[in-house]
Amino acid sequence: MSDNILEVSHLKKYFKTQRGMVHAVDDVSFSIERGKTLGIVGESGCGKSTIGRVILQLIKPTSGSVRFDGQEIAGLSGWKMRSMRKEMQMIFQDPFSSIDPRRTVNQIIGEPLKVHGIKKNRVEREERVLELMETVGLAERLINAYPHELDGGRRQRVGIACALAVEPRFIVCDEPVSALDVSIQAQILNLLKHLQRQIGLTYIFITHDLSVVNHFSDDIAVMYLGQVVEITSAQELFDRPLHPYTQALLSAIPIPEIGRKRQRIILNGEISSPIDPPDQCRFAKRCLYATDECRAHCPSLREVSPGHQVACWRV
Amino acid sequence: MTEKKRVPASRRYAKRSQTAEIWHRLCKNKGAMLGLLIMIVIVCIAIGAGFLLDYDKDVIGQNISQRLQHPSWAHPMGTDATGRDMMYRIFYGARYSLSIGIISVLIALVIGVTLGVIAGYCGGVVGEIIMRGSDAVAAIPSILMAIAIVSAFGQSMLNLMLAVGVTSVPQFIRITHAATLTVRNQEYVEASRCLGLHQWQIILFHVLPNCLSPIIVQTTLRVASAIISASSLSFLGLGVPAPMPEWGGMLSAGRSYIRTHSYLTLFPGLAIMITVLALNLLGDGLRDALDPKLKGKK
Amino acid sequence: MEENNTVLQIENLTVHYVLEDETVEAVNGINLSLQRGKVLGLVGETGAGKTTTGLACMRLIPNPPGVIKTGRVLIDGTDLMTLPEMKMNDVRGKEISMIFQDPMTSLNPAFTVGEQIAESVQLHDHVSKDAAYKKAQEMLELVGIPAERAGEYPHQFSGGMRQRVVIAIALTCNPKLLIADEPTTALDVTIQAQVLDMMKQLIEKYQTSVIMITHDLGIVAEICDEVAVMYAGSIVERGTLEDIFNNTMHPYTEGLFNSLPNIGHRGEDLKPIPGLMPDPTNLPEGCAFAPRCAYAGESCKCVRPELRAVSDTHFVACNAYSRKDFSIERSKPHE
Repeated sequence: MSDNILEVSHLKKYFKTQRGMVHAVDDVSFSIERGKTLGIVGESGCGKSTIGRVILQLIKPTSGSVRFDGQEIAGLSGWKMRSMRKEMQMIFQDPFSSIDPRRTVNQIIGEPLKVHGIKKNRVEREERVLELMETVGLAERLINAYPHELDGGRRQRVGIACALAVEPRFIVCDEPVSALDVSIQAQILNLLKHLQRQIGLTYIFITHDLSVVNHFSDDIAVMYLGQVVEITSAQELFDRPLHPYTQALLSAIPIPEIGRKRQRIILNGEISSPIDPPDQCRFAKRCLYATDECRAHCPSLREVSPGHQVACWRV
Repeated sequence: MTEKKRVPASRRYAKRSQTAEIWHRLCKNKGAMLGLLIMIVIVCIAIGAGFLLDYDKDVIGQNISQRLQHPSWAHPMGTDATGRDMMYRIFYGARYSLSIGIISVLIALVIGVTLGVIAGYCGGVVGEIIMRGSDAVAAIPSILMAIAIVSAFGQSMLNLMLAVGVTSVPQFIRITHAATLTVRNQEYVEASRCLGLHQWQIILFHVLPNCLSPIIVQTTLRVASAIISASSLSFLGLGVPAPMPEWGGMLSAGRSYIRTHSYLTLFPGLAIMITVLALNLLGDGLRDALDPKLKGKK
Repeated sequence: MEENNTVLQIENLTVHYVLEDETVEAVNGINLSLQRGKVLGLVGETGAGKTTTGLACMRLIPNPPGVIKTGRVLIDGTDLMTLPEMKMNDVRGKEISMIFQDPMTSLNPAFTVGEQIAESVQLHDHVSKDAAYKKAQEMLELVGIPAERAGEYPHQFSGGMRQRVVIAIALTCNPKLLIADEPTTALDVTIQAQVLDMMKQLIEKYQTSVIMITHDLGIVAEICDEVAVMYAGSIVERGTLEDIFNNTMHPYTEGLFNSLPNIGHRGEDLKPIPGLMPDPTNLPEGCAFAPRCAYAGESCKCVRPELRAVSDTHFVACNAYSRKDFSIERSKPHE
């Protein structure tokens, strides 16, 4: 089990607001094997985007540890972290705001090369930019295009090329396809998968779309209000979901097939507030099976079968 | 190696840059073009006047025998109370009015944009101090403040520029601050951090360029109002010292003859008006050319 | 007798956006009809002209730049395109309602939700203020919000709740036709399930006809009776749910299905449609899908295909079907 590229343990991120402490990420632990993909699924406000940013130290964690290749990076100072950034990159959700509208594709993809001093010479740098553009499937003639001339899919490809420029080993993908149309979404998913096979990348794939995460990930962690409630292999999660929230989530996916009879679990109510949550199961209010025990203490993750961890008193 | 291979790709696919696009859009705007044309003429006059006119003889040289002449072929704009040709003085005055307007705004621009970006990007206590400070300065009527500065440091052209400049600073702080706040929350700023850029690189290469369009527009418009402020100060006798032909000063000097020799106030007034109008036309045109279509072209 | 059952009839609708130096051909001559109580799914990607079609039915195309070039929209036999604006105001809300995608911006933050629903009641039913408010409370109950919350402001509601309020407003006057433009796209999956479930019950109860504009084939399968697939401003395939899902004919529809990650077969590569949607300011001469189509032949490049009937309910616009033996991969029997 030493081949984990990333180990996150007891990671917490609280935000102070006027109404109290927001527990955006609350005591989350997991690890990812080299070359694998961990999907993080959850609804809006569950802290899944915060987790990606905390891992990359774009937001400083409140407490907990993040070990990348055995090295502790939580709370690493600015310049030490800067060299780590070559190893770990991020692909952002919104291709319309994640690239600078005033720069050309050449400048955008060339920037990380320049900043990290990978290619100092301008001509060399441009050759590398062209290579990267080819890798992500952008036509050579777009090298001087401005972002507003590109559609969403192409912009996302620019974002990916930019992340790949520093040759990272690990990439956090924060909803990389949710702003795209289905046919383009499939193109980007295939590209990411192809890159993984080719360069042996490790991904964290953050999304709210269960069918995408199922397609893409080896392991899946389901988050609810800042906590991981279930984590296991994708296959196992879809075959044998144990946490009531996971079950409801799975049953809520609209499936594009007709005649498939499914027992749909419609949850009551909506996600509650992550501000100063009481010591009880965060899901208890909406859970169909909640008992007094669930309302008395917050369950923690337990291994119920090899590689399958659930945080629920009832399992 | 073939010739084609050696040409960098960015050269091979060279095309109209963003600046050229903006220029193209600006050219379509008739008002802006008119404003630009007038400004070019005024700037040419200001430069030309320096070469063609003898300051001591034509501009401040008094000639009592020619005093208070109505406009004629010899003096198209007439002569003033000491017999100086008004046209020469107005042409030469463009040098002062324009340079006061431009330099004072540049002072405001540098101070205001720096503070505004810092306040917007860093936020927190620093931002709060800068913004409240700027509010305090903005709360003092600008003409009062300028009067205070000129009277404290003495009457000179430099102090006039400083006085007018300082009163424009809060405007620039506010506009830069607002622009920075929107840009700061864009994902590409986070993406740049993720790529390992230093804070100053992010501010200089990503935040500032994206705040530029409102700042450019504001600059043009502020030059216009700086010219008015400087003229008002001169009118009050706090501006450029006496014999120098500043438009506001001339307006003030002509005031006592307004009933009998109205051209003495008419022409300097017109000069100020035309310049300000031209700058405003240009500023509005720039706003249209720079702003919305750039990003939302769908 | 059958004629009477048709609530909506769109004939040869063409909408263009005329900009300074180009013309966006958003909708190009579409025909649709909808029976009472049926739900029609209008499926397509961004820029396919779905929303424009919906807005055209309400005569809400922003003009300029939007121009309705040709076409008629008949509600119960009345042509909306020739109605005077005053009459049209009565039609909107009473005969046709529209729900927009973003529940955050489609409510007025300055009024309580009860007032906003009551306003719509008062406007069309001409009842007293109290009666209208009472009706508003009933409507809230109907969409699953306790009536006491009628006095609260939109910002006190979550996204899902707001969308329920929007639906309540749309349904207060019991319209004949409801146009729902991506009503659940902005919502989380579990909330989406709640809202869809509720909409389904209401549609059944009131026998409202619905045009469901969406890009999500999963939602279509869930709620729609009929489907029209749009591409680049034209309808490329139209039919019952069964026709479209189990007897797909058009290569684009097939491409859409293939692009979706399948819950059953994980790990395989997806089969995306190559390339991009054509520029709507510069549509190709022939079939708009031809440049991306695996089956495209020479004729596809120059002849714009017309919708042809495959059965009584199923229509497809594809030139390839001129060949007797043509069929697409998906319609071949699979395991």
